[in-house]
Amino acid sequence: MLTYTLRRLAFAIPTLLVISFIIFAILDLAPSDPTGQLPLTIPPEVREKIRLSLGLGEPFHVRYFKWCVQFFVNEPLNILEQWTGWSLGDPDRPRVLSWQTRSPVVDLIVERMPQTLWVVGMSYVVGIVIAIPIGVLSAYWQYSWFDQFGTLFSMIGFSIPTFFTGLVFIVVFSVWLGWLPSIYDTTLVVNSWGSFWEQIKQMIMPTMVLGLFNAAQISRFMRASMLDNLNQDYVRTARAKGMTEQVVVLIHVLRNSMIPVVTVLALGVPQIFGGAIITEQIFRVNGLGQLLIGAIQGADIPTVQTLTFIFAVLIVLFNLVADLLYGILDPRIRYD
Amino acid sequence: MRTMPKLLAGAAALALLAGPAAAERGSAGQVNIIYWQAPSILNPFLSGGTKDVESSSLVIEPLARYNEVGEMVPWLVDEIPTVENGGVSEDLTTITWKLSEGILWSDGTPLTAADAVFTAEYCMDPTGGCQQLAAFNDVESVEAVDDLTIKITFTKPKPFPYGPFVGAQSPIIQAAQFADCMGINAPNCTDENFGPIGTGPFVVTDFKPNDVVTFEANPNYRDPAKPAFATVLFKGGGDAASAARSVLETGEFDYAWNLQVEPEILSQMEAAGKGTVISSFGTSVERIHTNFTNPDPSLGDKRSTLEGGPHPFLADPAVTKALSLAIDREILVIAGYGAAGQVTCNVLPNPPAFNSTANDWCKTQDIEEANRLLDEAGYEMGSDGVRVSPDGDRLSVLFQTSTNSVRQGTQALLKQMWAEIGVETELRNLDASVFFGGDPASPDTFQKFYADLEMFTNSFDGTDPETYMASWKSDDIPSPANGWLGNNIPRFQSEEYDALVQEMSETAGLDARADLAKRMNDMVIQSGAIIPLIHRGGVSAHADTLTGIKMNEWDSELWNIADWGRAQ
Repeated sequence: MLTYTLRRLAFAIPTLLVISFIIFAILDLAPSDPTGQLPLTIPPEVREKIRLSLGLGEPFHVRYFKWCVQFFVNEPLNILEQWTGWSLGDPDRPRVLSWQTRSPVVDLIVERMPQTLWVVGMSYVVGIVIAIPIGVLSAYWQYSWFDQFGTLFSMIGFSIPTFFTGLVFIVVFSVWLGWLPSIYDTTLVVNSWGSFWEQIKQMIMPTMVLGLFNAAQISRFMRASMLDNLNQDYVRTARAKGMTEQVVVLIHVLRNSMIPVVTVLALGVPQIFGGAIITEQIFRVNGLGQLLIGAIQGADIPTVQTLTFIFAVLIVLFNLVADLLYGILDPRIRYD
Repeated sequence: MRTMPKLLAGAAALALLAGPAAAERGSAGQVNIIYWQAPSILNPFLSGGTKDVESSSLVIEPLARYNEVGEMVPWLVDEIPTVENGGVSEDLTTITWKLSEGILWSDGTPLTAADAVFTAEYCMDPTGGCQQLAAFNDVESVEAVDDLTIKITFTKPKPFPYGPFVGAQSPIIQAAQFADCMGINAPNCTDENFGPIGTGPFVVTDFKPNDVVTFEANPNYRDPAKPAFATVLFKGGGDAASAARSVLETGEFDYAWNLQVEPEILSQMEAAGKGTVISSFGTSVERIHTNFTNPDPSLGDKRSTLEGGPHPFLADPAVTKALSLAIDREILVIAGYGAAGQVTCNVLPNPPAFNSTANDWCKTQDIEEANRLLDEAGYEMGSDGVRVSPDGDRLSVLFQTSTNSVRQGTQALLKQMWAEIGVETELRNLDASVFFGGDPASPDTFQKFYADLEMFTNSFDGTDPETYMASWKSDDIPSPANGWLGNNIPRFQSEEYDALVQEMSETAGLDARADLAKRMNDMVIQSGAIIPLIHRGGVSAHADTLTGIKMNEWDSELWNIADWGRAQ
C-alpha cells in the first residue's frame, strides 16, 4: 500500500505540472482583459500602461516560468517561514499577486477558506445526513410511497438549480417571514452565544440550499448501492440465521453498501474547497467560489490560475484518497 | 468665484436640515452600504473601477469636488482658483491651489502641499501603472510653494486646468504613508493599498478584498460634529437585484448603488415601503456607433480600417438618419431603463449649458420620414422586404453589443423597428470583459469593430467635455498601426472637426467652450457617426430613515457621506 501510494504521488507531479501549463495556456489564450472592466473614461494609452505594469508585456514562457517560481518555490518558502519562524533568504521574494487587489493570492485564499469550509462543508455534512437514511429506507421499501417520495425529492433537488432555490428561500424566509438574513455578514466574530446564534442563522439558508442539492445526489447513490446488496446471498443467509431485520439492514447490508458511496463522497470533497460559486454569490458568502468568479470576470489571471491549480491538486489527491479508502474498506481489493 | 454664493446657500440649508440628528459625531450608529461590485483595493490609483474609487472616497479626498448639480466646490481648499482671483495664470499655464488651514490626516499629522506633490509624482511615475493618469494630462510639474500652496504648471495653456486633484478620481494620498510605494513597488504595498490614511470623514478599520470594508469615524475630521455615523459597513458582491432587495424589501442595508434592474422589478420592490429609489443624471449616453469603414471579412487585415475603404452604405448620412428616425426611444426607456433613462439626441447631453437642441428631430419616431429618406436616396425595397443600395448592397447590418439583459432587450426592439424601414439586422452580443478588453489578438473588441453597428455607454469624468469631444479626432482612429488603441470608434474623419478640437483646447470661457462643444456634438450626430439613444442616469436606493443624501453622478455617489444622518 505504501509503495503504491508513493508511486501514485510520484506520478502526480508531472501530471500537475502539465495541468498547470494547460491552465496557464488556456487563460493566456482567452480574450479577456484585466482593464476590460474599468470605466471607458480611462483612455487606451493609460490602459496599455496598466497592462505593462501587470507584466503583460513579457512573452508567454517568461510569465509562465515566473508564476512557477512564485508558486512552487516562493510561496512554500513563505509558508515555511511563517510556521517555523526561520528566515530563509530574502523575505521580499516576489509572490503571486492578484491583479485586482494587488495583494498576494495565497493570502486571499487563506482569508476565504474558512467561510467556504464552514458553509459548503456543512452543506456536505447536511447532505450526507439527509441522504443516507433516505437512500437506505427507499431501497428497503422499494416502490413504496416512501420510495416514490424519495425519488421525487431527489429529482426536484437535482433538477432545480441552486440559484432558484436560493432565491425562493430568500423571498420566503427573509422578505416574507423576516427570520433569516439574506446577506451573509462576513465581519461577524463569534465570541458569545448571541453571535453564535447569529452565525447559525446566517448559515442556515446557504447550507440548506446546497445541502438539499447534495442530498439529492447522494441519496440516489445510496439507494442504488443498497439495492445491489439487498438481493445478495449473504443477506438471505443472515436472515436464515434468524437475525433481526435491523441487524441485517443496518449492519450487514449498510456496511457493504457504503463502500462505493464512501468513495463517491471522497471524490466530492475537492468540490467543497472549490466552493459553490452560485450559492456563495447569491448569499454573498466570501468564499473561494466567489473569489474565483470575481477573478474570472475581472480577468485576474494570477488568481484564476492559482485557484484552479489548487483545485487540480485537490482533485488528484482525493482521487488517491478514494482509491486507498476503497482498498481499506473492501478487503478483496489489494494494490500491492 | 462663480459657485461660492450657491455653495454658501447650500451650506446654510444643509446646516438647517441636518438638525438634531447630526449634532454629535458618531451619534447615529452604523450605516450599511451595499455595492454589488465589491471593492478590490482602496487605492484608486491602482484600480480605476467605480467600486474602488467610490469606496475609497470615504477616506481620501481631492482638493475640489463636483456637487450634485455638477458645480465645482472647494473641498480641502477655501476657494477654487480662477483667472479672476489670480489662482490661474493669465496665460493659462499654471494653477495655484491654497489648502485650507488646519486640515489633519486621520493619524493627526497636518495635510501639506508636499502630500499633493507626492501624489502627483506617485501617479505620474511611468512604471507604476497609475490608472488615473489621465487627470495629470499635460502636467509639467507640481510644486509646493509653501506648506499650504500647490502650484501646478502645464506644458501648454489649459483653458480648463481642473484635471489634477479635482473629483473622486484624483484624490490626495499621504506622502509619509506611501513613500516606499513608488513605481514598481506600488503593488507590493498591500497594507497601504488596503488602508490608506486620509483626510475624509472615515478611516478604514478592516478590509476584506472583494468582499467588505468597515470604516469608523475619523477622530481628526475637520468638522467636529461630523460624520453623524460612527461606523460604516461597506459590503460588496452579488447582483444588482438582490442588492436592491436588501434595501427596499428586507431593510438589511441602508444604501444600494447602481441598481441596473428592470424598472418593473424595482418599482415592485419599492412598493414594500422600506426605501426609496433615487436617480441622478451625469454624462453617460447609451449610443450606437456606426462603422464608417468596411467590416467585410473578405478584406482580411484591412477590415474596419481606413485602408479597407468606406462602408458600402452606412457612410451615407441618409441611411444613418433613417435608422435614427426609425427608433422609438421612449419605448427603449420604458422597457429597459425607467427612472434611469431619458431620451436624448446628443452625445453630449449634460451639463445643460452644453446640450444642443439642433438634433431634437430624433425624439419622435417617424417611420414614414425614414422610409422617404431612403427612397429618395435610391435605396429600393427588395422583394424580401430588405432594401438594396444603388450599388447593389443589401441593407443588412451586424449589430453588436456587450452581454447584458437590458442591452439584448434593446437590440431586439431595434431590430423590429429597423425591419419597418427595410433594414435587416443580425444581432450579436459579447461578454463585457472581451468586448471592452483591449486584447489586440481578439476579433471581438469594440475598438476592432468587426461589425456594422455597435452599442455601449460612454461618459466623461467631471464637467468639462474637452477630452471627451476630442475622442472623434481623425488621428484617434483605432487601427493596426496603433494596436487598435483609439477612441474614434466610428472612424469619423473631418478636418473641420479636428480644427474645432484644436480650437477648444485653446479657448477659455464657459460660453465659448459650450458653443464649440455643441457644434462638435452636432457634427458627430449629423454625420451619422453616432446614433444617441438614451441619456443614462445612475439609480440607487436608500432606506427611508437615511437623511442628507444628495445623489451625485459627477463625483463619488458617497461624496457627502459626512452629512448623512439617521432620521429619529
